[in-house]
Amino acid sequence: MSVVEQTDQTAGTAASEEFRPKILAFTCRWCTYTGADLAGLNRMKYPADIHLLRVPCSGRVNPQYVLEALQRGADGVLVCGCHPGDCHYATGNYYAKRRMMIFKRELEFIGLEPDRFQIKWISGAEAGKFRDTATAFCERIRELGPIGDDFKLEPSLGASVMGKGPKQAPAADAVAADAADAHEEGR
Amino acid sequence: MSRIGVFVCHCGTNIAATVDCEAVRDYAATLPNVVHAEDNKYTCSDPGQAKIKEAIEKYDLDRIVVAACSPAMHELTWRNLLSQTKINPYMLEVANLREQCSWVHTDYDEATAKAKELVRMAVAKVDRNVPLFTQQIPVNKRALVVGGGIAGMQAALDIADAGYQVTIVEREATIGGKMPKLDKTFPTMDCSACICTPKMSETGNHPNITVKTLSEVEKVDGYVGNFQVTIREHAKYVDYDKCTGCGLCSTKCPNKRIPNEWNELMDTRPAIYKPFEQAVPSKPVIDPEHCTMLTRGKCGLCAKVCPTGAINYEDVDKVTTETYGAVVLATGYDLIKWQDIYPEYGGGAYPDVIDGLHFERLVNASGPTEGHILRPSDGKEPKSVVIIKCVGSRDPNKGRAYCSRACCMYGAKHAHQYLDKVKDGRCYVFYMDVRTPGRRYDEFYMQAKNDGALYLRGRVSKIYKEGDHLVVLGNDTIMGENVQVDADMVVVETAMVPSAKSRETAMLFGVQCDEDGWITEAHPKLRPVETASRGIYLAGAAQGPKDIPDTVAQAGAAASKVIGMFSHDTLDSEPQISHVDVSKCSGCGQCVPICPYGALSLQQVTLRENSVKVTRQVCEVNSALCQGCGACTVACRPGALDLLGFTDEEIMREVDALCQW
Repeated sequence: MSVVEQTDQTAGTAASEEFRPKILAFTCRWCTYTGADLAGLNRMKYPADIHLLRVPCSGRVNPQYVLEALQRGADGVLVCGCHPGDCHYATGNYYAKRRMMIFKRELEFIGLEPDRFQIKWISGAEAGKFRDTATAFCERIRELGPIGDDFKLEPSLGASVMGKGPKQAPAADAVAADAADAHEEGR
Repeated sequence: MSRIGVFVCHCGTNIAATVDCEAVRDYAATLPNVVHAEDNKYTCSDPGQAKIKEAIEKYDLDRIVVAACSPAMHELTWRNLLSQTKINPYMLEVANLREQCSWVHTDYDEATAKAKELVRMAVAKVDRNVPLFTQQIPVNKRALVVGGGIAGMQAALDIADAGYQVTIVEREATIGGKMPKLDKTFPTMDCSACICTPKMSETGNHPNITVKTLSEVEKVDGYVGNFQVTIREHAKYVDYDKCTGCGLCSTKCPNKRIPNEWNELMDTRPAIYKPFEQAVPSKPVIDPEHCTMLTRGKCGLCAKVCPTGAINYEDVDKVTTETYGAVVLATGYDLIKWQDIYPEYGGGAYPDVIDGLHFERLVNASGPTEGHILRPSDGKEPKSVVIIKCVGSRDPNKGRAYCSRACCMYGAKHAHQYLDKVKDGRCYVFYMDVRTPGRRYDEFYMQAKNDGALYLRGRVSKIYKEGDHLVVLGNDTIMGENVQVDADMVVVETAMVPSAKSRETAMLFGVQCDEDGWITEAHPKLRPVETASRGIYLAGAAQGPKDIPDTVAQAGAAASKVIGMFSHDTLDSEPQISHVDVSKCSGCGQCVPICPYGALSLQQVTLRENSVKVTRQVCEVNSALCQGCGACTVACRPGALDLLGFTDEEIMREVDALCQW
């Protein structure tokens, strides 16, 4: 209960009363996503602002996803994975750690409040740590308020940064065709 | 245009109590390309699954979103369901409305709003999903068992009896683990060695089992069906092919004053030794730290007396790499080092404060006192013994928060054994609660009380020495008073903790441990003997404190999983793997060293580019080796690598769905 009460208090100022931040968490399916599931099993409570996006490994998270999420209107982004040394794929989180540490500095350099992007290691057993991290992060983003319009891109521009605009749809078909071919060959 | 179906599950009231499922359903129906949305009380039930099948036919769906519990729970269920329909099993997304929405939020409106957002994200992603196909990977039908205790032996025997080759890797010089150290086992009081040593010899003599003692796993490569495991077999300095196990070397060894680990350091052993009489393999090893021939180059007596010339001081570690299809981790437990955390119990300064394994050796006929209970300090028979339970267990401040499960029973056993052997002795047991769930367990505890053990409910605050005895200060919370007991000996029943190197071993195999270091199972209820890594299974106390019956049962379960896997010649490969768009790949090779599985390589290929035939270098993914982590995709500078099932586009669609739709 205290979690909900606390967040209500922090959202006390008139300006942020109606502000419901959009918070995205890229979570590795083996550790943090499982830890979040465990928090659910234990009926722990945390704010509803956070949305988990399941990826196989924190090493899968391209720093560009983070940048684009912020540019497209996410108010805060978390990247979470297994503790160093515990990666299901042996080394994925080491890559994530190095990439994200450098990238965080770049984001700060271009004018983002550092707290809007955080990197956390939460294991599949650390339900309490997940709850605490999610709660603290949501509270912090509510304090910071909506992300500035300076940071946002026009939707059409945002879509083209990754080179993955709507016109990329045929590429998906090509992948499917390749996969189908491979399957046929496998037979 | 895709044709998406959305199925919102109430999960009884688990989701419906906090989320307005009808509203989520109606909202889903308004999302782009959604042609059908419905809600259901229990989507995972047979009728629920039948409704999905029906809807797929009726509305000609080509992909679905199930908004229900965590994908960890039922993603496979939905995939299996889809494989019976015209839709590819990977044209599926799961919105986690239970574990990550209804169970963790209390406000009905907020939770409903979030549920809509989660469904929106899933719909956005599934819209870009493409069919994926598995490939067949061969299964190498040999199993590796790490740890040769009762769990490892049972698993190995069960797999070997089914006709498959098994290798046991054991760190000590003998298999058997902790069980042959015990005197008797509760609640039947049968002799532990009498039931364990036959299993050891059966394991050692089984034609399908190879035992590697003094060995450790050093490196693990590969994947399910094809693990390449490097094992280091430490030098034994004895050629086991020549040695007959006659034991002459041990009797002649001049250095016999080495503390004997087998008897918890209560007596001594020679530098060339077998851990105990019934050890398997029944052959000695040289302790390189204490052998004067190995440390100073003087002595060599064992080589002189050995009738078969089996002693080899030049022996070196043997490192071998072999391929196994499946692995059973049975790394066992240790007792917590109570001396470091309980200074009020003397912190190890009083020799007459001993732990449960010490007591087992004292009361064991093959132990240092030949089964006479004599206290370590002066060899006198203790007339008064205090047993303290939960030392390190159920104590989050000093030890571990969990209950170690077996201590209540072996505490009662120790009381029973003491009172049986010392007829005029008095035995006091300090306890927090008595937990005896199990067949004939509570009867056994009542028997110990009837034998005369005095159970006092409360913690012990201090132990100190007075003259030749110990004074135990405690509290009896039932009488509501402090108590003082004069004791000749104190037995602390300490917490079980994961064995010393189990975390390192788990890391080698890429499986997770919990905060206490126990190896985590894939699902606590539905997949208790599997790890999250395919092909790696768990047995015994590696997973958490267990008594012997539970350990043996779990080892059998792990073995049956391995045998089940080995009953197939091939397995389906993981289809969610990296994919190269060769037209974009520049052949720079940045991705190749990143892959922990060696799945990426550079190949010369001939392509048609702008109607011209070109031969150039591009990256190629080995679909059997790739495990689908995606680390390489981020390193790809031209953006040629993508991860099927989690493509850049799919992920960005989810981001967009949350932020912009």
